[in-house]
Amino acid sequence: MKNFDYVRPASVADAVKAAATPGAAYLASGTNLLDLMKGNIARPDRLIDITRLPGLDRVERLPDGALRIGALVRNADLAHDPDVAKAYPAVAEALLSGASAQLRNAATVGGNLLQRTRCGYFYDPASACNKRAPGTGCDASGGENRLHAVLGWSESCIATHPSDFCVPLVALDAVVEIEGHNGRREIALEALHRLPGDTPAQDTTLDPGDLIVAVRLPGDARQFAAHARYLKVRERTSYAFAIVSASAHLRIEQGAIIEARLALGGVAAKPWRARAAEATLAGATPGPAAFRRAAEAALADAKPSGDNAYKIELARRILVRALSLAAAGTPARMPALPASPFSAVAGASHA
Amino acid sequence: MSFSIGLTVNGVRQTIALDDPRVTLLDLLRERLHLTGTKKGCDRGQCGACTVLVDGRRVNSCLTLALSHDGADIVTIEGLARGDQLHPVQAAFIAHDGLQCGFCTPGQIMSAIGLIAEGQAGDDPERIREGMSGNLCRCGAYTGITDAVLDATQTMAASNERRSA
Repeated sequence: MKNFDYVRPASVADAVKAAATPGAAYLASGTNLLDLMKGNIARPDRLIDITRLPGLDRVERLPDGALRIGALVRNADLAHDPDVAKAYPAVAEALLSGASAQLRNAATVGGNLLQRTRCGYFYDPASACNKRAPGTGCDASGGENRLHAVLGWSESCIATHPSDFCVPLVALDAVVEIEGHNGRREIALEALHRLPGDTPAQDTTLDPGDLIVAVRLPGDARQFAAHARYLKVRERTSYAFAIVSASAHLRIEQGAIIEARLALGGVAAKPWRARAAEATLAGATPGPAAFRRAAEAALADAKPSGDNAYKIELARRILVRALSLAAAGTPARMPALPASPFSAVAGASHA
Repeated sequence: MSFSIGLTVNGVRQTIALDDPRVTLLDLLRERLHLTGTKKGCDRGQCGACTVLVDGRRVNSCLTLALSHDGADIVTIEGLARGDQLHPVQAAFIAHDGLQCGFCTPGQIMSAIGLIAEGQAGDDPERIREGMSGNLCRCGAYTGITDAVLDATQTMAASNERRSA
């Protein structure tokens, strides 16, 4: 690991000031950044430890019903927050399906949003990777790319964003609050992550020195609480990134869908909001036909980026299943295996 | 640059000088404080062998800088037994053969203590397995580990009841 300067500012303003130096990086829990630094993938000159910044570790309900989540709230604390579990259950389920209990105890909200891709070629300094070293090419194209993107990818990069948490967030119109050199601003979470285009090194639309201070979930997103599920296919039952995941949220009145919110994970460089699919569900009767139609719409633009054509049909089926689970109703208690497709299978053994 | 941090490790408060900011909590414990019970498996947050309690919560000590924990309370496997009297989780791992080679065991035990304190899994084996998925056991002692955690959960709950009765 390359050596670095370490500073621990006392306020958000001091942190943003300290980050003005080129080569500076914010350090929260470090569950992703330290891993990247150990592999020489990230080589910051200066770490600005933000873990002691006051006021960023709170979950609060705002007067307009929105939930404001401080950037330093730990994943486990957020998942078990009573208001989150009750009002935004798919957010809790997504959080609990991610990483391990140890990592969830450490990893922060802001860090989750800004985690880098898990593409093996990005993680290997000996491989060509336009995201890690712009202009070097992409060894994932033509390489082991079974798990790579099927939506929004480009010739220069086929990596996916690994977050579970971001998938329900983007479906529920979450907003990101940012402190930067020119003060406070906010953007939709949907506008935070970028598609690769010709500049895959830039994961997000943040400017250098920008600090995420909070994520807000709108109050009206609480209306989906009774029919909200996150579903995630992994290569093992627990402690693995998504091959494909889906977050499905429905408002059902008198047997008809009033409004649907849908997003996919593991399919693109950003959490993928499926608006066209949502539109097909408005006014529809919940059921296999309507759900399949929505899934077709969600994946209409999908293209394999390598040996991953299977992910397109897998994503359709996961979306159908997530919608079916959401329509059946949010379970009263978090499933023993959060987001697992095996959770509801009677007699399935996971020992 | 040199740094100084205060840590309480297994109940003992100490001031530690660090000449390098790169030292992880794991390396601090093993290489500087010579508490080698906490194991370095993958050193990348994937195996759980380095699990310790920081302010009562289980975390991977390999993926966190020692400097970030100025003022924290750390408990490692060395801090569990009271003389010859084992912690109930340690005793349960022995009773249920929750190990073979033993390399992952300190991490498993610290993780199990964290899991029981979190109170989410209760006595449901499926929830225990899910909650322990961050601790890999290459010998495959998972069945014994699950039984040990289940047993320790019940023992500790019963002993808490006796204390509050």
